[in-house]
Amino acid sequence: MGLFNNLFGKKLPVETPLDKVQDTVSSAKEVIKTDIQKEVNMSNKVKFIIDGKECTAEKGMMLVDAAAENGVYIPVLCHMKGMIPAGSCRVCTCKINGRNMAGCTTPVDEGMKIENDTPELTELRKTIVEVLFVEGNHFCPACEKSGNCELQALGYKYQMMVPRFPYSFPPKAVEAGAGKIYLDRNRCIMCKKCIRTVHVDGKNVFAFRGRGAHLEINIDKTLAAKLTDKQAQEAMDVCPVGSILRKEKGFDEPIGTRKYDKHQIGSEIEKVS
Amino acid sequence: MSKPVVATASLAGCFGCHMSILDIDDRILQLVELVEFNKSPIDDIKTFTKMCDVGIIEGGCCNSENVENLLAFRKNCKILISLGECAIMGGLPALRNGIPVEECINEAYCDGPTVSLNKERILPNDDELPMILDKVYPLHEIVKIDYYLPGCPPRADLIWNALVALLTGSKMDLPYEVVKFD
Ligand code: SF4
Ligand code: SF4
Repeated sequence: MGLFNNLFGKKLPVETPLDKVQDTVSSAKEVIKTDIQKEVNMSNKVKFIIDGKECTAEKGMMLVDAAAENGVYIPVLCHMKGMIPAGSCRVCTCKINGRNMAGCTTPVDEGMKIENDTPELTELRKTIVEVLFVEGNHFCPACEKSGNCELQALGYKYQMMVPRFPYSFPPKAVEAGAGKIYLDRNRCIMCKKCIRTVHVDGKNVFAFRGRGAHLEINIDKTLAAKLTDKQAQEAMDVCPVGSILRKEKGFDEPIGTRKYDKHQIGSEIEKVS
Repeated sequence: MSKPVVATASLAGCFGCHMSILDIDDRILQLVELVEFNKSPIDDIKTFTKMCDVGIIEGGCCNSENVENLLAFRKNCKILISLGECAIMGGLPALRNGIPVEECINEAYCDGPTVSLNKERILPNDDELPMILDKVYPLHEIVKIDYYLPGCPPRADLIWNALVALLTGSKMDLPYEVVKFD
């Protein structure tokens, strides 16, 4: 995806649209970036073990990416390869050398022992998926992302028949005045992927507003109005759920042909091995 | 041995889940052989005439009548199944959950773009009419539910597999394609 190719290039995403802090954040990001880059560039391979399977990857590569290269799927909602990790959803939690840690923020190292596909971790991940369902308003039958949604696909993977928590039905607003896309906060899982990847004129189109229970995703309507069709599609694709959607699009794939109708999420990674 | 007795109901639902029960196609003949239907829109029996083994309910609870109905099912069925998204999480009727009831009613009967003849702003207010609840409730937030079959509607194979498992006491067959939320 073109959007991410230059993520480690010259221009780095900033986490806030405020001009003043922009420079500071950029340089901080630069440091993180170079660190990651340095480790990857050193090109020394490390060996580690996931559920008894011996794996090899570049030292410093994030565990979820390294696992995928070895044909092991670790579920993830807030991360994709090449992205600076945020560790916000915790669905990738693995037991690494005996401790629960996020697979998307942990670089692999020599001799690491990782538990991934165990009943305990499956239960924990399923619980997180259930929490995400009840914390938002997820009316899958009326959602344009249904069938292509990663949260829903994890619900399928874990055969979530019903969340064990009470539905909170939180009041959330939809932002429809943002050019070619609209933002439906009812379905946002606060993964920060849009904040980290969608930029116009070098500025973030999306940002968080508020704190704690009041935290919500927000969109700069002026910047969003400048998105091209291609960028709008990329923004929609980067969102793991149906929170960012293109206008005048939707329900154009028949049921049965969508991404997760017949194929379980992660099966494309597991097939490789 | 007498046949297991099954009852069904549609509360705040669209009858789509019942259509999906019928969608088991010719297996419906086997089903009729296997079970006896009691209170259900399928045979139009309006009140329970005996204790039932399995109650299948589509739709959530949006008014007082839904709640009474649900309580009657819990009392008269040994096993209760939530069938479909509306029963499980309120479904599309629950889209009103973030909006005050008064606002919904005014929109429906007075201010909506398709309302033109209600100048006096008359609201339905007959003793016969059930009271609207503050929000639409999933069934399991009102009574204990034993099993959940998601989908909008749940796939016919999911319903069939569940019934077969229940009636034969075997483990339920759950292939990937049958558990869907839409
Ligand atoms: S975003 Fe995903 S889980 Fe939420 S309603 Fe849409 S399809 Fe369902
Ligand atoms: S809008 Fe989508 S991409 Fe952005 S934070 Fe919410 S879920 Fe993530």
